[in-house]
Amino acid sequence: MSEYIIKNGHVFDPVQGIKGDKKDIAIKDGKIVDKVGSGAKVIDAKDKTVMAGAVEIHAHIAGPKVNLGRIYRPEDKLFSCTPTKGMERMGSGASIPTTFKTGYEYAKMGYTTAMEAAMPPLFSRHVHEEIRDTPIIDEGAFPVFGNNWFVLEYLKNQEIENTAAYIAWLLRVTKGYAVKVVNPGGTEAWGWGLNCLTVNDPVPYFDITPAEIVRGLMEANEYLGLPHSMHIHPNNLGNPGCYETTLDTMKLAEGIKTKNKFGREQVLHLTHTQFHSYGGTNWGDFESKAKEITDYVNKNKNITIDTGNVTLDETTTMTADGPFEHHLTGLNHLKWANCDVELETAAGVVPYIYSPSISVCAIQWAIGLEIPLMMKDPMRCYITTDHPNAGPFTRYPRVIKWLMSRKARETQINAFKHKDKVLSQTSLGSLDKEISLYELAQMTRAGPAKSLGLASMVGGLKPGMDADVAVYNFDPEKPVADPEEIEKAFSRCAAVFKSGVQVVSNGEIVSNGHKRTLWVNVKAKENAQVARDINEKFIKYYSMTQNNYEALGHHFVPNPYAIEVDATN
Amino acid sequence: METVTITMKNAPALYLEADTISPDAFAGKNAAKIAELPVFEGNNPSTLGKYFEISGSAGATAADTKIVVKGDVKKVKYLGFKMTDGEMVIEGSADQYVGAWMKGGRILAKGDVAAFAATAMKGGELIIEGNAGNYLGAAYRGDWRGMSGGKILVKGNAGSDTGMYMLGGEIVINGDSEVHVMTHAEGGKVVIKGNAKSKLGGQMVDGTIIVFGSIDVMMPGYKPNGEVELEVDGTKAKFAHFIGDMGERHKKKKGVVVYGNLYKKI
Repeated sequence: MSEYIIKNGHVFDPVQGIKGDKKDIAIKDGKIVDKVGSGAKVIDAKDKTVMAGAVEIHAHIAGPKVNLGRIYRPEDKLFSCTPTKGMERMGSGASIPTTFKTGYEYAKMGYTTAMEAAMPPLFSRHVHEEIRDTPIIDEGAFPVFGNNWFVLEYLKNQEIENTAAYIAWLLRVTKGYAVKVVNPGGTEAWGWGLNCLTVNDPVPYFDITPAEIVRGLMEANEYLGLPHSMHIHPNNLGNPGCYETTLDTMKLAEGIKTKNKFGREQVLHLTHTQFHSYGGTNWGDFESKAKEITDYVNKNKNITIDTGNVTLDETTTMTADGPFEHHLTGLNHLKWANCDVELETAAGVVPYIYSPSISVCAIQWAIGLEIPLMMKDPMRCYITTDHPNAGPFTRYPRVIKWLMSRKARETQINAFKHKDKVLSQTSLGSLDKEISLYELAQMTRAGPAKSLGLASMVGGLKPGMDADVAVYNFDPEKPVADPEEIEKAFSRCAAVFKSGVQVVSNGEIVSNGHKRTLWVNVKAKENAQVARDINEKFIKYYSMTQNNYEALGHHFVPNPYAIEVDATN
Repeated sequence: METVTITMKNAPALYLEADTISPDAFAGKNAAKIAELPVFEGNNPSTLGKYFEISGSAGATAADTKIVVKGDVKKVKYLGFKMTDGEMVIEGSADQYVGAWMKGGRILAKGDVAAFAATAMKGGELIIEGNAGNYLGAAYRGDWRGMSGGKILVKGNAGSDTGMYMLGGEIVINGDSEVHVMTHAEGGKVVIKGNAKSKLGGQMVDGTIIVFGSIDVMMPGYKPNGEVELEVDGTKAKFAHFIGDMGERHKKKKGVVVYGNLYKKI
């Protein structure tokens, strides 16, 4: 493999504590190394910013509900087609881009690893086929567990060991990466026309509460010692006053200790926090509770969060929170699709327009920015748009602009029709903070990599780590005259390396790299009861056989990278 | 106003996607520059000059530009696409998407136009002297935002699904209409001077349909609401009034539920 040296760039690497020093980054055989030979290809990064490849911790980019969005929104593709160009195949879609466009767009912004945030286990084959067709970026997928019949039955009896054995089995057969929980119990209740809006609402038939599900899954996650923690979208998403449910959910992590060999410190990752930080009793007195939420997270080190920034775009919401999507279509009257996945989960899809002239949307935008600005430790708060729910991931450069420039935030606040509402219902107007490039590297690289248990592999530029490197046309020594320069610089990289292969040059794709599928292979103790239960569920309830369930082999996972976990002791 | 005349000389073998034939794209260009404008023949990129003979120069702005389209353009799509101002005269019949997404200006089509004319039209005027195809003034496939402003006059007949998801503006059809009129509409008005078939105002939330001739089958979701005298296009007459679609959600204005209105001349 070729050798490269990226010379004279301003390096920002939280893993080594480098804060913009001029340094050379050497690449050999896919890894960052101390030095390379004189024959190494030189990339001139003078007056540019150099960071590790960014890590996406939560996006909906592959699988049946993403594809359902693509199928039922031809209008999303209407004026967003990109024709074949050089290495690039054609692509289309603005809020739900095709798989190819997804890979290219992430790479051009300097992202080299991404996590699909909700994989219905039954459709893991579909998820992996789409991951396979998404070029360049390494991807993993989180199977959903929060409404799974096995989990509900085991945890009703506090059977942590059995839950853990089932998780180990499911991660293996679906080639999954982590334990995802979406509206615990609520999506199952949706099958009965109900929902769980607090952590104590009982799930019909199973007679278990969301609190028991969440606590049990956290304990099982630590019992196995998985690389990532339980990753949760709590109950009561998106409703005025929902912050109380969010606080109740986070409190369930109190007293649970982390146990893993990957350097992960949290036991609960709270996703798209913006959607869970609402106060008020209705849309009229709707207000931000970002302070209450971030105060709690700041105090409790065993929690990490991501933001879920609203980008003020027309987008497509999609979630395994089936009842929420039904609620949303009742609010905006746009088309609704729902899909039940037998025994496991459900999903809904509804288009949504975050209009700057609607006060609620403007307040949501402000809350999404308040959260990262109020978080004291950027290593525990990561930038996401919950793509495509709060906005497309292609808007990250715009979110970065808002976070790095108070002037850019003020310009947007002044452009809102209900500017006074934004200022009275949130405290964004009084926040002076502008995040630094070092903090940005923590929020988009080192932080999410650590939370995912990938800290030794990605998210940094230490010799020995994967050579995922992004070079931006951004000179940190030059004052920013116009915040638009920030958005422009972070939209298209000067150069991107993925596992030591240059994949982007001057904002254009130059290689499809060697895309890998990340998954977690848990060696667990034999558990005859769980094996029998799985067998019985397939015979009695599933509409397919176990043989057709597993995502196996070259077709589904052509280039796997298994993270080994030994849970036999 | 400057006039550009484009005359079909080499008919395309495949359908021509000519979204650059509009006063906006032509503005500020001479004949040679206009000939270089990109079009697609099927999926092959090409230029306008390959198919059309171009004479005259465009004005400095769309407002100062008039385009006369001559020859057989039955295989040309997107004439007047997204136009904001100026004028276009199509001397014969055209294919799909005439005046689609147009915001202003005026198009006169002397022949027929195929489906999807005035898709999501926002303003301006479209006059069709022949017949209109299906989905006139409708929303794009999958979209919920149909025609929201402007005026369309069809001197002949209209196809099916006129004004689907219509939000505003007015469509007048001098002849007859096929099935499905103003399905899912939330505003706007469709006047049918001839006869209508069936499924008028299905799932209509708001908006107005006026029929001078016969209606083959009424939608079951419409309720008689007395008789009214209306003046439509200068004609005063008595109409039977229906409200609906009762199966659909309806907004309230000042505490009163607003229904879709269907008027049929008595």
